[in-house]
Amino acid sequence: MSAASPHAPSSTVSPRPVPEGHVSEPVVSVRGVELAFSGVKALQGVDFDVFDNELFAVIGPNGAGKTSIFNVLSGVYRPQQGTVEFAGTDIRGMRPHKIANLGMARTFQNIELFENLDVVDNLMLGRHAHLGYGWAASVAWFGKAKRAEVANRRRVEEIIDFLEIEGYRQLPVGMLPYGIQKRIELGRALAMEPKLLLLDEPVAGMNGEETEDMARFILDIRNELRIPMILVEHDMGLVMDLADRVMAMDFGKPVATGTPHEVQSHPDVIRAYLGPVDDATLAEVQGELA
Amino acid sequence: MTTMLRSAPPAQARKSTGVRGRPLLRTSYHQDLALANTPAKRRSVIGLVIASFVVPFLLTDDLLQVLTLGMISAVGAIGLNLVTGYAGQVSLGHAFFIGVGAYTGAVLGGDPDGAMLGYGLPMWIWLPAAGVVAAVAGLIVGPLAVRLRGLYLAIVTLGLVFLGDHVFREAREITGGPGVGRRGAELELFGIDFSSMEPISGLSRGQAQFFLALVFLIIFAILGRNIARSGVGRAFGAVRDRDVAAAVIGVDLTKYKVMAFAMSSFFAGVTGALYYAVIGVFEPGAFSLLLSIQYLAMVLIGGVATISGSIMGALFIALLPRLSQFIAGFVPDGLISVFQLEAILYGLLIMGFLIFEPRGLFGIWTRIRNYWKGWPFSY
Repeated sequence: MSAASPHAPSSTVSPRPVPEGHVSEPVVSVRGVELAFSGVKALQGVDFDVFDNELFAVIGPNGAGKTSIFNVLSGVYRPQQGTVEFAGTDIRGMRPHKIANLGMARTFQNIELFENLDVVDNLMLGRHAHLGYGWAASVAWFGKAKRAEVANRRRVEEIIDFLEIEGYRQLPVGMLPYGIQKRIELGRALAMEPKLLLLDEPVAGMNGEETEDMARFILDIRNELRIPMILVEHDMGLVMDLADRVMAMDFGKPVATGTPHEVQSHPDVIRAYLGPVDDATLAEVQGELA
Repeated sequence: MTTMLRSAPPAQARKSTGVRGRPLLRTSYHQDLALANTPAKRRSVIGLVIASFVVPFLLTDDLLQVLTLGMISAVGAIGLNLVTGYAGQVSLGHAFFIGVGAYTGAVLGGDPDGAMLGYGLPMWIWLPAAGVVAAVAGLIVGPLAVRLRGLYLAIVTLGLVFLGDHVFREAREITGGPGVGRRGAELELFGIDFSSMEPISGLSRGQAQFFLALVFLIIFAILGRNIARSGVGRAFGAVRDRDVAAAVIGVDLTKYKVMAFAMSSFFAGVTGALYYAVIGVFEPGAFSLLLSIQYLAMVLIGGVATISGSIMGALFIALLPRLSQFIAGFVPDGLISVFQLEAILYGLLIMGFLIFEPRGLFGIWTRIRNYWKGWPFSY
């Protein structure tokens, strides 16, 4: 399950978020983002770029600000400072549905599906911005609305096929097992045909088999659909195997950015997880990780 | 995403009706998206339509009027279900929108020579106008729902009822004021006077009004279903279930909350204008909190977020006074009045349905249907 990095691996851990030798424009570019909730600084000086077809992972202990980054990117939170550039627009402070319509899709740490609607309707909601008809066509149904519904249903069926959830189509999402719900949430995000996909702990609470399934889908998304992704995950095995680059966070600040291996053995990252450790312990941990 | 196209489903077969013995096998999305997408649904819809055309010839005119008013209320109940059931925005202000529709209809379609303001316009103008004016009121109120939800929204919409109550009482030029009231609009469509005492091409007044209400109910039920099954209805459901997730996948919360109120109010306005045109004379006291509660009861008893449930609930509530009269016959004299009994029944029914069958009459119906689907096996 090793993923070959499409980018030239940088030899040193650099605080600069851009990997060396990269030429293309970043899909999303975050600069100097500061987010505070009345005195509590959730994010400070966050800089990073994500490039085409890249799987960028964000790791860090609980409360490091990983999900806050997602909430800033998708417009749920408005950062006090900094710029977030996506699809050629500064999206800082833009309302969530507008950012979504620019092509950003996300899944949530705690499943946020529409539990009273069935699987098809949940995925069709992912295609909401692609429907292209208004309330008048909706009331009339015949004509524009019906054509759009059929065309979009076809795309949704492709995703159902891709994620192997055919058997659940007509069931209300609320009564499906946890692992399947996670997969449907991924499907809803894919239905948006995003330019960037944010995955917030896609394998949290899953058993080994479900984790492997999800890892396979993430690789398929990268290799077949070629959608750049940002992944927040606590399962280090998954991050190390899948990610092209990793950014480690601690107390709202990026600690290190680089290839998985570089970040894993970075002293500041080890200190973030283990607390203040002396040099001997540090060397021992680094030796074990190597 | 072309790489995802592993097996394109055969979507061209539009007309095939399923393989013999497998009535639920669908071979095109058109079949799946159809309103009556199973043979059982098709048969029961045809059966219901035939039955409702036979009923008027079997019942007396006074019972027919109860059903007529029930069917007109059903249009309003569908409206309330759109905003409260589908979009999840609890509204206690439905009576206000019904009132706005009733007075718009009465003013535009009322007798120009009558005591109150009236322009004597034809029904094809006053009926849609009643809906539109109520919808505009909904558009104005809708933005409140953007800032508030749940109980807070319920309280604000409750305030709307009291506001409306006051305005309706004071605007005597239009409403006649409390205790006086005014006449509703003239029920005359395509040259047929539905309120005349003379038989209309062989039909009695009750029968003619029944058919009029039936036609309007069918039209509005189909419009309601179209909203529910299209992108708008799905967006309503998304706003109801998870508003943050809805915004993050591209649903404009403000737009759809306001749209839910406007659409719901359109239905309410049409109901208001039609209902009081059939009743004849009405006074401002009609649009009180009790009316809002009645409509909420229709939605809760019928079935939240279902169109057929709204209709069942409305007919049920319309027949409730008859039921309480019947029960009152068994209650010893002087213990409680028929009206008290009716109020008690309302309360008991709402509580009973919420506790024992939150999906309402529609839920009971699905349970019966599933039982017979699996018969003789219980699972």
